[in-house]
Amino acid sequence: MSIEVLRPGLLMTVQDAGRWGFRKNGVSICGALDDFALRTGNILVGNPLNASVIEITLANSQFHFHDDSVIAICGGDLAPLINDKAVPSWRPLLVKAGGILHFSSLQSGCRANLAVAGGINVPIILGSRSTDLRAGFGGHEGRALRAGDTLHCATPDDENSKRHGRLVDESFHQNFFAPRWFISTHVRPSYDSKVVRVLRGGEFMSFSERSRMNFFADEFIVTPEANRMAYRLSGRNLHLTRAVELLSTAVTPGAIQVPPDGIPVLLLADCQTTGGYPVIAHVASVDLPVVAQKKPGDSLRFSEISLSESHSLYLQREKDIAALKYAVQCQMK
Amino acid sequence: MKYEISPLGDTGLVIKLGEQITSDTHTVVRNLARGLEQHTPPGVIECVAAYSTLTLFYDPSLLRQNISVNTRVEADQPDLFERLSSHVKSLISNLEMSRIDEGRTIELPVCYEGAFAPDLGFVAQHNDLTTAEVIKLHTSGDYLVHMIGFAPGFPYLGGLSPSLTTPRRASPRKYVPAGAVGIGGSQTGVYSIRSPGGWQIIGRTPIKLFRPQEVSPSLLQAGDHVCFQAITEKEFMQLTARNAELAD
Repeated sequence: MSIEVLRPGLLMTVQDAGRWGFRKNGVSICGALDDFALRTGNILVGNPLNASVIEITLANSQFHFHDDSVIAICGGDLAPLINDKAVPSWRPLLVKAGGILHFSSLQSGCRANLAVAGGINVPIILGSRSTDLRAGFGGHEGRALRAGDTLHCATPDDENSKRHGRLVDESFHQNFFAPRWFISTHVRPSYDSKVVRVLRGGEFMSFSERSRMNFFADEFIVTPEANRMAYRLSGRNLHLTRAVELLSTAVTPGAIQVPPDGIPVLLLADCQTTGGYPVIAHVASVDLPVVAQKKPGDSLRFSEISLSESHSLYLQREKDIAALKYAVQCQMK
Repeated sequence: MKYEISPLGDTGLVIKLGEQITSDTHTVVRNLARGLEQHTPPGVIECVAAYSTLTLFYDPSLLRQNISVNTRVEADQPDLFERLSSHVKSLISNLEMSRIDEGRTIELPVCYEGAFAPDLGFVAQHNDLTTAEVIKLHTSGDYLVHMIGFAPGFPYLGGLSPSLTTPRRASPRKYVPAGAVGIGGSQTGVYSIRSPGGWQIIGRTPIKLFRPQEVSPSLLQAGDHVCFQAITEKEFMQLTARNAELAD
């Protein structure tokens, strides 16, 4: 099964659940910024949860499907059309051979994941199919996708084929078919919310009392200096009570660092593995998908939670994903 | 052993073992890293060693599963971080602080000539030395790899002669090639991938510090020693050709 990229849009890369286990070698995790959309998309098409997908950023990208394909679009609403007809997200779709999928305009969020039955067949490097843009390896030739690139999908397995069979039975003559059911908004992250839950960072108390108050009171705006490594946020600058010279130490996606200029930097999946700037807070893992759907111009407000609350939310999210998987499998029997 | 444990977001646990860059702290970090590698707590995915910290990254759902398996009475909400901290504390108290093996010594051939060394003149002038003296000082150093970070395979090296200290460039270069050898303040190092960079570039090595196709993708590890050996441009080309042949 092959898919041709006609237009790549702003940034299009192959990503999976990330490259784990090599941070001590300085290798970034990378992977889909919205991991909820990644796993849900894979559930819908019958792939393993961490199979590789195409991550699409903002609007105006296009694909040509050479064969009948079972796909799912999850994440932001980039107004997807197949042969100019609107198609719904958060459910499996059968696209007929020759179909043109166009992400036509940004309605909400920032990026969408296109999951395809079988997963995107690119080589596994250091245990993952994710693209490491900075180091130039992984994914499709270690780079962003371009017009003319053709991606192949692995041979669908039993789970994929069941989806295919069910959808074909109901598709009649249309260019695509979508069932009426979909992943409900109730189980999805609160993508539309400005509020992002955070835990205090190691250097939180080194910041002035005023800065600590401002950090939770202010609205921060995502600046245009935003990419898969980090978002720079604008708002009132944050200051330490006294200058702190920190030694380089491990950092992780979700960390909010504050360099000497006082402008907070929110690290994302492609960030470096070590850093030496003071960290004021960490985004709770369950809210990383919410951050992933913010784009330049969007605002964020930080709200503090405890470590054990964060773990409760994390465990609940895992239960939700497992329940979703079971429910979808039942639907598609 | 004196140490502090603290969380790093909801998936990290940091063990802080010192405040400064010293070889004693380095030895403790390496001992601990080795101990944790040999007895990895369930739920821990990876450990990252730095100058004075060791950070464990864990999966909260794996930690939770492991607790249910080991306890008779299933607590409603066990404190996952507390559990992991206790496990780490008992590992540390049982750790044998044996003399850690000296890491390997890796000799890196470096060409300090022509286009490979655009800032060699500046470093010499800044330190009131001739370029030959800069090369001699740089190649007689024995550098310790304190940690790998910043980029895949990038070594943080300690031991630059104070006579070679040179401030970073006022404007960083947009692209510094992989293999570039540089000086930034009192640090020296080798760019392992092409990246923007503000260091003074005094040479280039044909050796790849980052190999994504290998099981161990970083040539260097924390604890290794590095020394630099001057080679000519001709030798550089020969080594590069030989690497390309081997890669095919």
